[in-house]
Amino acid sequence: MTTNEPLLKVENLKQYFRINRKYTVKAVNGVSFEIYPGETYGLVGESGSGKTTIGRSIIRLYDPTAGKITFDGMDISGKMDKPTFQKLHCNMQMIFQDPMASLNPRKKVEQIIAQGIDINKMYSSPAQRKEMVVKMLEEVGLDPDHATRYPHQFSGGQRQRIGIARALIMNPKLVIADECISALDVSIQAQVVNLMKDIQDKTHCAYLFIAHDLSMVKYISDRIGVLHLGHMVETGSREEIFDNPIHPYTKSLLSAIPSPNPRMEKRRKYMTYDYYESGIDYEAGTEHNVGGTHMVLATDEEFEKWTK
Amino acid sequence: MAREKIMEVRDLSISFKTTSGILNAIRGVDMDLYRGETVAIVGESGSGKSVTAKAMMGILASNAIVNSGSVKFTYDNKGVSKTVDILKMKKSDIRREINGQHIAMVFQDPMTSLDPTMTIGKQITESMIWHYKTPKKEAEEKAIELLSLVGITEPEKRIKNYPHQLSGGMRQRVVIAIAMACDPDLLICDEPTTALDVTIQARILELIKDIQYKKNISVIYITHDLGVVAKVADYVDVMYAGKLVEKGTIDEIFYEPHHPYTWGLLSAMPDLDTRDERLYTIPGSPPNMMKPIPGDAFAPRNQYALNIDNRLDPPMFKLTDTHYAATWLLDERAPKFDMPPEIAARIARMKKEENHDDQ
Repeated sequence: MTTNEPLLKVENLKQYFRINRKYTVKAVNGVSFEIYPGETYGLVGESGSGKTTIGRSIIRLYDPTAGKITFDGMDISGKMDKPTFQKLHCNMQMIFQDPMASLNPRKKVEQIIAQGIDINKMYSSPAQRKEMVVKMLEEVGLDPDHATRYPHQFSGGQRQRIGIARALIMNPKLVIADECISALDVSIQAQVVNLMKDIQDKTHCAYLFIAHDLSMVKYISDRIGVLHLGHMVETGSREEIFDNPIHPYTKSLLSAIPSPNPRMEKRRKYMTYDYYESGIDYEAGTEHNVGGTHMVLATDEEFEKWTK
Repeated sequence: MAREKIMEVRDLSISFKTTSGILNAIRGVDMDLYRGETVAIVGESGSGKSVTAKAMMGILASNAIVNSGSVKFTYDNKGVSKTVDILKMKKSDIRREINGQHIAMVFQDPMTSLDPTMTIGKQITESMIWHYKTPKKEAEEKAIELLSLVGITEPEKRIKNYPHQLSGGMRQRVVIAIAMACDPDLLICDEPTTALDVTIQARILELIKDIQYKKNISVIYITHDLGVVAKVADYVDVMYAGKLVEKGTIDEIFYEPHHPYTWGLLSAMPDLDTRDERLYTIPGSPPNMMKPIPGDAFAPRNQYALNIDNRLDPPMFKLTDTHYAATWLLDERAPKFDMPPEIAARIARMKKEENHDDQ
């Protein structure tokens, strides 16, 4: 997998938001990672750690403050010319968190799904447009008759399927799934995750899967990055992160996963981690390689202490 | 120690009048709750979990019709034990005597359940001043005490803050502090951690458990997250389409489930060792509650359904003194069957994990 070129390469991405003259929120502060074609990269971290901001900076809903993003050989971090912009929007798509709020209530499902191909004129006749929409609906497990309905006539799980159909009709190479299952019921979550996996098998698209539910992230991701306060504290393959967590924040995050096993769960102790009391300074840390693709952010002394 | 029953729900049935007809949300629910214990109600959205809780608190929406049933609540009224039927009480009486004072609720979304125009101190003291006529000074002192109980640092300063100045986890702590203000006997938590992330979720759940232990109150959790249930509950009630389909102690539900719906719920959630390529899903979708449902509501989605499931609704079969399940599979005339292999494997794994943990 590592032999071929990365599809997306993020180097030292910074995203600041200036609130006023004195105060700037550093939402993302020097994050680097790579996504390879056809793989799923999971981003985890608590709220406020900058997961969503990274997703939105990559797809250029924000203008990154600093850093370089390379997607499919194109530099997409600075000012882009029109063809680059268009190529970016055709090849990178996003599934949003809240299926209730992310669909236009005044448009029919057909219009919502076809919007991307309408704008980019990806069909030659109205019949072909219809055919593409119907095919997409069937692929995500909805009925072709649903095309003439409005979003409010669907349940949460169905609406998330519409969101997925809208993203996938462009045949993207990378889909950014921003907490796309957090708002759904457990049994519906499983359906949506299965659907996303099936589609990946068929089209070999890559996913950037942003979530805070670690058991789901472990299930779907090939590689995982752990974020905290805008810093990537640890990254590596699924096995590396779950079997051998190094960073205390990752350890505390893993200890917080509720397990559906009552006898174990009642005895489990949650490991607390407080950045301000721990004495760890993310700014001072550099990336250390633990082995393979497993990287951890630490100073030299910290690294020695944690890996002992 | 004798268990003191504080809530007894019998044959509760509630419908809602909607523009497209009558919706039968709850179709006969029995439930008991004892002092100091925790019950978790699990089920999909639309299964009637929240409606049951709202009926217990007497805060049903105005288009609700109570068809039958009773909700008997026993509380201590100035040293005398008093039992009332909440469904028969006047709304103003419930407001004055029960809500906030004896039954309190923690709502799902801390972003919307606080008043943005009031300081949190005012919101916490409000119910004390209203119910107990506590002098303002004293109420404020208690509010500070409560804030430190729920783990908010520098409560003296925080009390003057507005909700928007706090983070999501802090706001949920404030909501819990408000609920605890009048020392309720029963705390109802409606998806208390759904809007929060895992690290804060663990802390909030431990906090509620801690308070429960200190004040000896009963807690009802409404959730669809079985990880949360595993952590906090003593008893579990599984709801489907407005009915209880299985109830039992936490060990009985997790290690010896008998209802096919419980099997589905348990296997839909990946545990950290799920290695299968696909997650198990319950096929189909919940029934339309507008129409009368002949037989077992779960039958169309149940691959173990028998012929009788389409005609007759199964009664609650008794397995042990605490464990009941409503499925015809438990009838003595039903064909012999085995638990699906996935779920059996999973339970074996959970038991193994536990033994492993003991060593």
